[in-house]
Amino acid sequence: MVKKILARSYLSLILIIMYAPIALLIVYSFTESTNIGTWSGFSFDLYRQMFANEEIMEALLNTILIAIASSVVSTILGTLGAIGIFYSRRRMKRVLNGITQIPVLNAEIVTAISLTILFVTLGITFNFITLLIGHVVLTIPFVVLSVMPKLQQLDPNMYEAALDLGATPSIALRKVIIPEVLPGVLSGFLLCITLSLDDYIITAFTRNNSFSTLSTYVYGVTAKRGALPPSLRALTTLITILMFIFLLLTNFRKAKAVKN
Amino acid sequence: MAAEKILELKGVYKDFDGVSVVEDFNLYVKKGEFVTFLGPSGCGKTTTLRMIAGFEMPTKGEILLNGKDISSIPPHKRPINTVFQRYALFPHLDVYDNVAFGLKLKKINSGKVNKKGEPILRHLTKQEIDKKVNDALKKVDLEEFEYRDIDTLSGGQQQRVAIARAIVNEPEILLLDEPLGALDLKMRKDMQLELKEMHKKLGITFIYVTHDQEEALTLSDTIVVMNDGCIQQIGTPKDIYDEPVNAFVADFIGESNIYSGTIIDDNHVHFLYHKFECVDKFPKNEKVDVVVRPEDVEIMEKDEGILNAKIVSKIFKGVHYEYILMVGKMELMVQDTTSYDVDTEVGIYVKPFNIQIMNKEFKSNQYIGYLDKYNNLILDSGKLECDITQLLKGSHVDEEGYLVGPDGKIYDLTDADVKVEVGLGDIDIEDGEEGEIVGEIISMVYLGDHYRVIVRTEEEEDFVLDTIYTWNEEDRVSVHIAKEKIKLTLTKEIKEYEKA
Repeated sequence: MVKKILARSYLSLILIIMYAPIALLIVYSFTESTNIGTWSGFSFDLYRQMFANEEIMEALLNTILIAIASSVVSTILGTLGAIGIFYSRRRMKRVLNGITQIPVLNAEIVTAISLTILFVTLGITFNFITLLIGHVVLTIPFVVLSVMPKLQQLDPNMYEAALDLGATPSIALRKVIIPEVLPGVLSGFLLCITLSLDDYIITAFTRNNSFSTLSTYVYGVTAKRGALPPSLRALTTLITILMFIFLLLTNFRKAKAVKN
Repeated sequence: MAAEKILELKGVYKDFDGVSVVEDFNLYVKKGEFVTFLGPSGCGKTTTLRMIAGFEMPTKGEILLNGKDISSIPPHKRPINTVFQRYALFPHLDVYDNVAFGLKLKKINSGKVNKKGEPILRHLTKQEIDKKVNDALKKVDLEEFEYRDIDTLSGGQQQRVAIARAIVNEPEILLLDEPLGALDLKMRKDMQLELKEMHKKLGITFIYVTHDQEEALTLSDTIVVMNDGCIQQIGTPKDIYDEPVNAFVADFIGESNIYSGTIIDDNHVHFLYHKFECVDKFPKNEKVDVVVRPEDVEIMEKDEGILNAKIVSKIFKGVHYEYILMVGKMELMVQDTTSYDVDTEVGIYVKPFNIQIMNKEFKSNQYIGYLDKYNNLILDSGKLECDITQLLKGSHVDEEGYLVGPDGKIYDLTDADVKVEVGLGDIDIEDGEEGEIVGEIISMVYLGDHYRVIVRTEEEEDFVLDTIYTWNEEDRVSVHIAKEKIKLTLTKEIKEYEKA
């Protein structure tokens, strides 16, 4: 009994440490007070301020734009890559598998710096495309990692069965393999979105300075003024809620898949 | 029977990374025939089937379909369809769409021609597809299942969908890769009969792969028995059962008693310590393998048969009793419907035509090895002690390890290539991988009072040996050969090695 209580309280403590700051932010996003800690009455004013702030709105749009663009590119390339790796010869397969997983293990800062050096060496000016490449590099291994298990679950003769019935290799890919691994592709896509949304390091290194996303905007503002502008409390609340919805969606999909 | 050859395999070989899987496969299949490739797992039967389907390219040889070489044509262009071992149905499609998959891709001649006079191809119409799918589903008794999801079907039903999906394309040849492997026994039996019925109705040539000898006997017009990448025997089920060409086939098909025997004259063979009358003709004094099927042994009163034996075990098998009899130290399995008590002494008789005599496959093991500077034999990367004085009469080995002839000439046999011969009874095997030569047991056949075991090393060298101990296939063992049992001959003249 004592053991149980101890275990429970330990768990609660950890959860409180983890979530208290976020909870605090959320609570204080509904008041006008500049300082956290002084409650000056309930209001949506910070939200109004946030939506009126053109810089924030632009950063938000940019963030969504780069997240969707990079996720689409990553998902397509990553899915094809996973299929390619899966059907390679055994030795090649091991090598390719290793290579695709390096970016996952590698420190993001290393990836970011090496990309920057590459672009500078090639004389490419930083623009949306360099940023897109940066995000694709960041997210593509996660697509491969989520599609691969689906391929491994396939009946090994599935692809051959399609060929046997008269499908060319490309039709077999489109009509059989891709539909079969679609759940893996979708979860890969969702992973890409979440990774891209909150990325700071790669974005900071590969973007054009006139292009800011939420993460670079927040960092920029705090670096300049030293303190968080109150409207950012509303923004973080919004992001948290969006992420929460996203998480629910993915989990719901997973639960459904398990049930099936 | 003047039926035309629909498929012919000529000298087909297949290697995977240098390891030979199928060797010199020659076979022709007549139109409408039901051919079964039968053999233990890893014998190359599935690889052969995959070459016919087009999933593998032969390393060497030709595959002719109606006289044309198809070995380099991709699978989707071959008029051949396959039923896979685990069905490989498409779970994201329902039954109807699975069956219609091939039809939707198919293009047929529309009867019209374009400006250049080439025929215009068109896809099948919805109605045509509908009709064909419904026909195919009717043939496999799944009419009501069109819109069911694959996951909701039982194993047997999935099996039928897989067959419908293949036959709906009206292939010239239907390949079936152990299609009943995933079903339970009762279902297997039912499906066997249905397959046979279907083959009769459709008139399509079936090529069937299985490791189940009973299934092969039940279904086939022709059985191709395979072992270790090679065809052992091709024949009707009756031929294969009654006249197996070697001990492997006899042992693999049905129950059998296999013995080593010696030919006495044209009508008599000696085995089980007795002289038996036989009908197969072999040279006099030839060592042979003899097969007697358990149901062909007749039990009678003591002293009335060719020999007497003692019943040591009796098992009721439903239709008959299965007895184990001892003739001296030899075991004899007998199936008989009459009940006898254990420990009874009985007489045994076998009709001459029920004694099947076969050439002995192995009389001794022969290898090529070489000698190292310590006069050890290097065989298959293992080191064996041997006696090199046998290479030259009257010779001896001096202190430095050179061979000294009777005339005083000195020979340095380092790296000399030698032919090695070892008898079947001269090889011992031991559990574990400690020895110089290590391999895996790939075959074990009981020969009445001992086993004939084949040990294969990683370098693909086979050691065939006789042993009284029971081992298991796939056991890892080390091979030992006594020094004095190794018979050596030089591949070159001994004077080539004379020390200057």
